[in-house]
Amino acid sequence: MKAIVNVFLKAGVLDSQGKAVHHALDSLKFDSVTEVRVGKQIVLSLSETDEAKARAQVEQMCEALLANTVIEEYSIELCS
Amino acid sequence: MKVGIVQFPGTNCEYDTRYAFEQLGCTTEILWHKNNTISDGTDLLVVAGGFSYGDYLRSGAIARFSPIMRAVIDFAKRGGKVLGICNGFQVLTESRLLPGALKRNEHLHFLSRHHHLKVVSNDNPFLNRFTCNDIVNIPIAHHDGNYYIDETGLKELYNRDQVLLQYCDAQGNVSNLNGSVDAIAGICNAQKNVFGLMPHPERAMEAILGSADGKRMLEGFLSA
Repeated sequence: MKAIVNVFLKAGVLDSQGKAVHHALDSLKFDSVTEVRVGKQIVLSLSETDEAKARAQVEQMCEALLANTVIEEYSIELCS
Repeated sequence: MKVGIVQFPGTNCEYDTRYAFEQLGCTTEILWHKNNTISDGTDLLVVAGGFSYGDYLRSGAIARFSPIMRAVIDFAKRGGKVLGICNGFQVLTESRLLPGALKRNEHLHFLSRHHHLKVVSNDNPFLNRFTCNDIVNIPIAHHDGNYYIDETGLKELYNRDQVLLQYCDAQGNVSNLNGSVDAIAGICNAQKNVFGLMPHPERAMEAILGSADGKRMLEGFLSA
């Protein structure tokens, strides 16, 4: 099973990289963009086959290491 | 005074830090990250600057789980004094020994220059040789020095007198170079035994190299 973890700065925490990318898109005349958020994606291959157990494990990994919950939020997507 | 200096793969300020404390007459010991004990009689642990584990994932995030950090956390919880400089500050926030977090600098630049700092609080073992509003000139060198804490956390920091240093200009006017909340450059924990700052006092030890203000800062630990 694969787990895809997306980590972004929380809403309300200024995303400087997102802003810089937004400015760059503006300068390329892509003026329909209203907001850009830059985050990171972490893909985990797991030996666990039970979806609920896998999700619980990945949540623990996110809380302990993969995200800093002081400034970041995460989402988990599981796929086989 | 006996000072232990923590070294991870990627730390690069441990020898400057050792030099600085030896100039003050301290005995020093470099502690490799695989150590899991702190020598008896250690008075101060310094988590030195650099790029521990290449800053992978987030600055300080991987270092936090090194064997030596378990010993550092234990030492701090027993009341031992710990100082985190630059990457060391990031490691201490990731370890939750200090509140808040350090984000990428607001304008995304790596900043390496001398910068002035204002002493906000001197009622602690680190800055006891200063008066509030004193201005010091200390080098900074960081990419992720943008201190973040939420509003409730910030209030708590001020209520408990935990804000130590703010970025300012030579006249003491706040000058926020990296986007930090309230231009905060350094803080301590509520118990006032764990200290973290982005600037490098160990690089300001001799006037001939631009400033000896860092020496005055580190000397605070001698009388504590």
